[in-house]
Amino acid sequence: MMADVAIEATSMECSEAKIAAVKRSGADDVRFRFLTIAAASVVVVLFLGMMGAMTEGAWLSIRTFGATFITSQKWNPVTEQFGALASIYGTLITSILAMLLAVPVGIGIAIFLTEICPRTLRRPIGIAIELLAGIPSIVYGIWGLFVFAPFFQEHIQPWLVDAVVGIPILESLFGGPPYGIGIFTASFIVSIMILPFISAVTRDVFDTVPGTLKESAYAMGCTTWEVVGHVVLPFSRAGVVGGAMLALGRALGETMAVTFVIGNSHRIHGSIFAPGTTISATIANEFTEAVGDVYHSSLIELGLILFFISFVVLACAQIMLRILHKRAGGVSG
Amino acid sequence: MTTTINRRIYNGRKRSNGFFLCLSTFAAVFGLIWLALILYSLFYNGFSGLSLKVFTEMTPPPGQDGGLANAIFGSVVMSLIAVTAGTPIGIMAGTYLAEYGRYSWLSDVVRFINDILLSAPSILIGLFIYVIIVATTHTFSGWAGAAALTVIVIPVVVRTTENMLLLVPNGLREAATAMGAPRATVIKAVTWRAARAGMLTGILLAIARISGETAPLLLTVLSNQFWSTHMGGPIASLPVMIFNFAMSPYEDWHKLAWAGALLITITVLTLSIIARVLESSRKN
Repeated sequence: MMADVAIEATSMECSEAKIAAVKRSGADDVRFRFLTIAAASVVVVLFLGMMGAMTEGAWLSIRTFGATFITSQKWNPVTEQFGALASIYGTLITSILAMLLAVPVGIGIAIFLTEICPRTLRRPIGIAIELLAGIPSIVYGIWGLFVFAPFFQEHIQPWLVDAVVGIPILESLFGGPPYGIGIFTASFIVSIMILPFISAVTRDVFDTVPGTLKESAYAMGCTTWEVVGHVVLPFSRAGVVGGAMLALGRALGETMAVTFVIGNSHRIHGSIFAPGTTISATIANEFTEAVGDVYHSSLIELGLILFFISFVVLACAQIMLRILHKRAGGVSG
Repeated sequence: MTTTINRRIYNGRKRSNGFFLCLSTFAAVFGLIWLALILYSLFYNGFSGLSLKVFTEMTPPPGQDGGLANAIFGSVVMSLIAVTAGTPIGIMAGTYLAEYGRYSWLSDVVRFINDILLSAPSILIGLFIYVIIVATTHTFSGWAGAAALTVIVIPVVVRTTENMLLLVPNGLREAATAMGAPRATVIKAVTWRAARAGMLTGILLAIARISGETAPLLLTVLSNQFWSTHMGGPIASLPVMIFNFAMSPYEDWHKLAWAGALLITITVLTLSIIARVLESSRKN
């Protein structure tokens, strides 16, 4: 457009070469614009391709097992009977346990960093936490396998198992032989892994609260805790929930931190100390050794289920975070 | 009468304030202690396993001396290919979001999907590449691994590119347009140049992100005990080697696994610190 106007306005006194140059840059503009649109479409194509390819890969298993795939916990490669229930259960229970620990502690860290911590320490601790959020999960995994699990097995678990003997519900929840590895160990390591992530997001979200709001509350005589509870948290609720759901998305799909320490057992146990498995751990452990089309296809269907679960969680997280940004933009602007 | 009631209320508020602030300080200490413990054992075990051999020798059979040279090489090559392939696509897509289609419906869709891809479980990307490349070519290969890493690079670069371009003041774009520059020239000569440091940050973060990715490589490249530059077949990579060695029962393999984990962590931390420095130099 711009180029057309330029051509009309100056064509009288312009030399042929100049007109050609302007036309060329106009064509260049169109080409460049097309290239950017094509690149943006790649993102959409990748997403749809993922969904399509995995559905196609899982088709054999979907046809063979139908709905029983989700309701059965039988996982027998020899007879080619596959059910995802144990993996789905393990995925959900490890993520929920990890969130139960990581969310309060993560929010606590964020409150500490924004309200309590001396100003000189705020930046270094904040930066340290953000850097830790980038450490690959395999590092957390081998720490869990070599350091935490043996320690837990020798020093904490026997004591806990003894302590709950005879107490009705706790005995089945914490009982069983002390393996060291299992659902609880996996949840604990995942929770430490997502902790820096939750704290970093929550701190950013807390920073969107306008200073004047907090100052007014302080001027009314509120204590620090009352300001956090009545001003900061209500204002940033959508963002905190969004950040927590992003973390949940990571916990659901976490592979390496879990695979090392979950024990890979396809059985649903009452005890949280018993070995179990998750969708991603099953895939990581068995995929390259799987023999036969049905086995492969079942593992891909497991992936498809994980895809849907995490899609729902992540989509909710996006919507929550967008609500917060709109609101923060509305108040400060 | 009223003053005693007031006093009681004040004391109660003071107590709950103290209690909750203590609780959140405790949470911070608790969280930081675990993170410090992990770093401590990583550095302690990693440095005790680290030597010059790690960089110069191949992965050994159990019970023998060796290093991680082939795994380091494989990781570097695959990461380089992934970044080379993913960065242009990411930058162009981010440019569309921030420049041409800032308010279009396509941008809304792309932003939403991009943010989901950004945090989607990486093992699913491994499965995706397995189905479309490994299953059709009937072989695990370095190319498939590089493709999986590319899929991870793209959303990271898209997100940072868009964010950085949005920070460029509109006055710059208007000034260039007023000079008669076509849109493409404005973008290439002005906005990209103004956002250069920020976009570089995105690329560094993308490298940091893929250098520790294990699950997608596990499903697409497998591993290789030997020196191999053949991208059409299985080649060794650092994360998968760490996984295999850590799961093995051999003590010296465990040592190498720790050394490898330390190498990855140092790479990731260095890249993020450089990215951070670049970003703060832009702000000043």
